[in-house]
Amino acid sequence: MASTREAYGKALEALGDKYDFYVFDADLSEATKTNLFAKKFPERFFEAGIAESNLMGMAAGFAACGATVFASTFAMFSAGRAYEQIRNSIAYPNLNVKIAATHAGVLIGPDGGSHQCIEDLSLMRTIPNMTVLCPSDAAQAMSCVEEALKYQGPVYLRFGRNSSPDIYKNDVKFTIGKGFELKGGKDGTIIAVGDMVYEALLASEELEKSGFSVRVIDMPSIKPIDEELIVKAAKETGFIVTAEDHNIIGGLGSAVCEVTSQYCPVQVVRVGVKDKFGRSGSKAELAECYGLNSKAIVTAFCDREKD
Amino acid sequence: MNTSANDLKIIANKIRYYALEGIYNAQSGHPGGSMSMAEIMSVLFFNELRIDPENPKKPDRDRFVLSKGHAAPGYYAALALRGFFPVGELKNLRKIDSPLQGHPDMKKVNGVDMSTGSLGQGISSAVGMALYGKTNRKDYRVYTLTGDGEIEEGQVWEAAMAAGHYKLSNLTVFVDNNNLQIDGKVSEVMSVYPIAEKFRAFGFYTQEINGNDIEEILRALENCRMQSERPNAVICKTVKGKGISFMENQQKWHGAAPNEELYVKASAELEAAITGLGGAL
Repeated sequence: MASTREAYGKALEALGDKYDFYVFDADLSEATKTNLFAKKFPERFFEAGIAESNLMGMAAGFAACGATVFASTFAMFSAGRAYEQIRNSIAYPNLNVKIAATHAGVLIGPDGGSHQCIEDLSLMRTIPNMTVLCPSDAAQAMSCVEEALKYQGPVYLRFGRNSSPDIYKNDVKFTIGKGFELKGGKDGTIIAVGDMVYEALLASEELEKSGFSVRVIDMPSIKPIDEELIVKAAKETGFIVTAEDHNIIGGLGSAVCEVTSQYCPVQVVRVGVKDKFGRSGSKAELAECYGLNSKAIVTAFCDREKD
Repeated sequence: MNTSANDLKIIANKIRYYALEGIYNAQSGHPGGSMSMAEIMSVLFFNELRIDPENPKKPDRDRFVLSKGHAAPGYYAALALRGFFPVGELKNLRKIDSPLQGHPDMKKVNGVDMSTGSLGQGISSAVGMALYGKTNRKDYRVYTLTGDGEIEEGQVWEAAMAAGHYKLSNLTVFVDNNNLQIDGKVSEVMSVYPIAEKFRAFGFYTQEINGNDIEEILRALENCRMQSERPNAVICKTVKGKGISFMENQQKWHGAAPNEELYVKASAELEAAITGLGGAL
């Protein structure tokens, strides 16, 4: 049990021996865990200071010279503050920069609404050339970082702040564009991302007690999204609940709806932050307050049944 | 590459001539800043930069980033005249099938080292390129050209801070100080002055020159090469619309194309300047 940001830091530290790449941070290396790489490979680590626009610009300059670069800061200050630098200096010229953003979502806890980025998946997936990934546990995050590194082109990686329970074994193999069916079922499907995947598994157990057979899908590749797996779930189970620590506008829920509405229209209920800003509190309190737990998923699933 | 001062003057006017041709054909684009920077571009592309049109992606080449990307017509003209692509392509500026986008696109045009256009961003990429070169002990140099209105962008000063911090003596920042931006005089819209002092505060070696004077640009670049600890900033006093009588110092020519009558008049003036220097189109 570790946070995906810790896994990110450890992955960089481990992969540094095997691959030639650089890491940039904006005065948050303790928090983003790029400090692990910085300690081991100081000659390949650069500080941008608290200057995120220039962080992205310098990373783009490195990439324009043929380098592969990870640029790290919080989700709010990358996808949010440096959106246009990411769009115009990185994605438009299709440069090999991996924007690795930690502390995403409301569940980061006490920092409050100013720091709880609930728009990043939406912002990043609308940019052409951009790949958007969000692993759900530490083991998957390790593999996800390596796949992003091997991929040619810009990638946005979303990591959480708090520890998330283990879902996968250490040998899990992440593939860009592929979801993971964690559990079979025929009465409905929960498609979740990040921290909400574990909650989806808990919800499915709860629903089983009431006699429902629920499919659970982890969708760490938000773009490209696994259309095949979504359409299959829509066809076979007829109903989908999505779950994400992100605004219900523009994130996983919207991405799933885009697929189902075109290829297999079924009811999709979106569990997530309901278009409002976050606030300070503990992870558990915020999960309760914003409906980001298994209980909220169960309610969404059952309320639909009542209709 | 050694080019005589007189030839560099001729080339500067050819850059103007072809930049204007593209803008006229497109009936859009930015003539004012393309004209003011023509001498800087001439000296960079025909005397300073170690580049090879036959091998535009050569890893150890010098780099140039046009941070004021809207002056693309002047940039494209310099690249074409230097042999990166046919001069005949310049008349297709901004056309649907042309690689010559309204703002420079490194994926489409040979010789363009960085896609730019959104102000303030190019200088950051140039800082990244210079830092990469220094880190990997490459001897290439990196040049970037910003507008004076552009340096109102906060990102420019983030980039300047990093350049000073990392002691990027392989970086030279030109500021095209024509003192005009879309809404008026830079000094009135949002003053950026004093410019040299600001760069000095960030650790730069600064020079203030007449940016339409070939000899002064050549001397400034010689001075830049002597720096071993500090990045360079060359603040170039220039005339917006330089070389075209009715455009000089007129903000309305920042982003407007001439009609046929004015185009004929302007190209005749530029052609006369070229032949007056003993050159030919």
